[in-house]
Formats: sequence, structure tokens, C-alpha cells
Amino acid sequence: MKSYSLFRKDWQSEIRTRYAINALAMFILVTISVIMFSIGNEKLSADLTGGLLWVVIFFSAMSGLSRAFVSEEERGTTMTLHLIASPSTIYSGKLIFNLLLVFLMNFVITILFSMLFPAFVVKNILLFVIAFIFGNIGIAVSSTIIAAIISKASSKGTLYPVLSFPILLPLILTLLELTKFAMEGNTIAASQIEIYVLLCYDVIMTTASYLLFDFIWKE
Amino acid sequence: MTDYSVELKNLVKYFGRRLIFDNINFKFTAGNIYGISGPNGSGKSTLVKIIADLISPTRGNVIHKAGEKVIEAEQLHNYLGFVSPYLYLYDEFTAEENLIHFSNIRGIKFQRDKAEHLLNEVNLFERRNDLVRGYSSGMKQRLKFIFALLHNPMLLIFDEPTSNLDDAGKNKVYELISLEAKNNLVIVASNERADLAPCKEIIELEKFKR
Repeated sequence: MKSYSLFRKDWQSEIRTRYAINALAMFILVTISVIMFSIGNEKLSADLTGGLLWVVIFFSAMSGLSRAFVSEEERGTTMTLHLIASPSTIYSGKLIFNLLLVFLMNFVITILFSMLFPAFVVKNILLFVIAFIFGNIGIAVSSTIIAAIISKASSKGTLYPVLSFPILLPLILTLLELTKFAMEGNTIAASQIEIYVLLCYDVIMTTASYLLFDFIWKE
Repeated sequence: MTDYSVELKNLVKYFGRRLIFDNINFKFTAGNIYGISGPNGSGKSTLVKIIADLISPTRGNVIHKAGEKVIEAEQLHNYLGFVSPYLYLYDEFTAEENLIHFSNIRGIKFQRDKAEHLLNEVNLFERRNDLVRGYSSGMKQRLKFIFALLHNPMLLIFDEPTSNLDDAGKNKVYELISLEAKNNLVIVASNERADLAPCKEIIELEKFKR
């Protein structure tokens, strides 16, 4: 309940300041436009559109999700949070906020991809939805803890991609595989290993994040 | 009166190789006002931040107790009220919205009567629905007192409590400090003689430089 209250505070703040939403919307718009301009009249293969989808998602996540903690640090309100909530409440509240943002962002990107790229056709929708849901959870969990780490650093802009690349790489590679399988129409049973890898990634990252957040949060 | 106490045991703080203070041992008990003084850069804010568990000491311990019960760091925010010039509230919310959010995040019911009483006390009632962004630095400082007092904390830490305040504001702060000290533990860190005047004991940080 406390975490939900923190999420509500963040969401209300976001609606008023448009700190992350504007950055994300512009990034999605610009990236997809650049892809459209660069391919011109070329026809993209299904595999390539699946790959591009996660490339756009990966970079969009990097542009917007770090702001959960960076905005607090920049406004000087980090100490205020220290004084009103426990570290676990703060991490959970920020995670809920990033989850909502990731799901919204990735939903919009996927819809845009299916409208703009004719080759982006998913034959096994259920498999894609599974990959989409657990992939988004993984991105949100990882991005939230990375955001907490970089918020304390002086060169935040550089550090975020540097840290997120090795952490998100296994997730993105698994998601690329699963998206390819979903577009080829593979069954869920045939994609079991990748789904388990995805689940394990989410569980490991969530556990590690909660264990480490206390140390990251306190100066 | 509450029976809150804070004990500093062999407290040492370095920033890099620079010693801030060495081997502070002290016990604060409820019902009293304690002062922390020293020239600029002597570590007053560092010490109050360590007491509030906002930063860690290099060595030593800070033990918070309510009676015999030791307060865990995870729960300390429920017992602590903190005011300082380097504390910021949310500019994009009104004073009242800030206070409502803080209560909700703390997991306590927003006490509208108490909030309105305190807003009246610090002359912010008429401006309670204005965005904090439009407040002067003195008004922001006064709002921080409500932030610190609204959840009825047992320990109050005031770091430079009268900074940015006019004379009327300062008098109101002294009144609030005296009132709170009747039941709670109050620690004031300041250079101002008037801020430290009601203190029972004062830790002079210059004495802890080795």
C-alpha cells in the first residue's frame, strides 16, 4: 500500500512535469521515423522487424526509465524519500512506476510496428504475449535498479547505457529468439527453454534488486 | 513524555582522507533539547545525517531506542522528523498535496485537522493550495516544519532551523522547538546563538578533531 502511494505520487508528478513520458514519446517517434526513412522502399524480412522491435524497445528503455531515480536526485528530493519510506517501499514504488511506463511504451511501439511494417506478423500470438509480458517485467526490474545506481553518479547519461548493456543483453537475446519463434508460428512447447530463461532472469533480477537496493540507496 | 533515546558510540567520520570528527560518544534522551555547534565545515550536517541514518559513519554506531526497544534502520523514518535547508519538497505539488502524499507513503492516515493547525501556526494556511514552486525560500522552510511534525515523531532533528526565516518565523520556530521538547527528543545543529540558547547540552565539534 505504501509502495502504491509512492507510485501514485510519482504518477501524479509525471502527469504534471512530463519528465519521462515526453522523452519516451519523442524517442519512439524519432527512432521509428529514422528506421522508416532509412529502409525507404526496401522490404524488410520478418526476422529483421522482430529484431528492430527489441532494438527500439531497448534504446527507448534507456532514454526514459532511468528517470525514476534521476529526477529525484536532480530535484534534490532523494533525502525527502529517505525520510518518509523504507528502502524496500521506495524500490517497489519506483518499480511499479517503471512497469507501467514499460508496458505503455512497449504496447505503443508494438502497435506502431504492426501498423508500419507489413512484415511484422506474429503467427503465435500467445507466445508473443508471454515474451512481451515477462520481457517487460525484466526490462522494468533491471532498469529500475540500474537507475538507482546511476542516480548517485555524476555522469549519469554515459553510465546508464554502459551498465544496462551487459545486464539487459541476456534478456534482449532471449526476447529476440522468442519473438522470432512467435513470428514463425512455433508452439509454446517448442519454446520452453527460452521461456524458462526469461522467467529465471526476472526472478534473479527481482531478488538481486531487493537484496542490493539497501546498499545502493544509502550514501 | 516519550522515552526515546539516541546513543552515539565511538563515532568517526572521514570524507576520503579528511577527518570530519573523531570518537564522539554521547547519549541524547527525550524531554531535552541538544545542540550541535561548530564553524562552517566542522561536520554539523554530517553528524545529524548520520544520526538520521541518511549517511553511514566511517566507524562507530548510532543506537536509536524507544524505551528498551531498539529501532531498526528500516523503521527509523517513522520515528524521525527532520528539517534542514538541503531538504526539498515537491515543487510540482501544493503544500497540502505534499503533506497528503507524505502521509500516504508513510502508511498513516492524513490528519487534516493537525495539518491545518500547523499550516495556521506557520502562516501558510491561506497558501496551502498553491504550488510549492511559487513559494519563497522562507515559506518553503516553514512548510518543512509541518513535514517534520505531521507524523508525531519522537525524535526531531533541526539542522539550521531558522535559515531563510524572518524574525516572526524564527520566534515561531523557537516556540515549536520548546513545545516539542516537552515530550520528544530535539537535536538542533546550528551556528546561531539564539538557535542553541534553549539547549541543555551542546556538542562542540571542534573538540572532536583529534
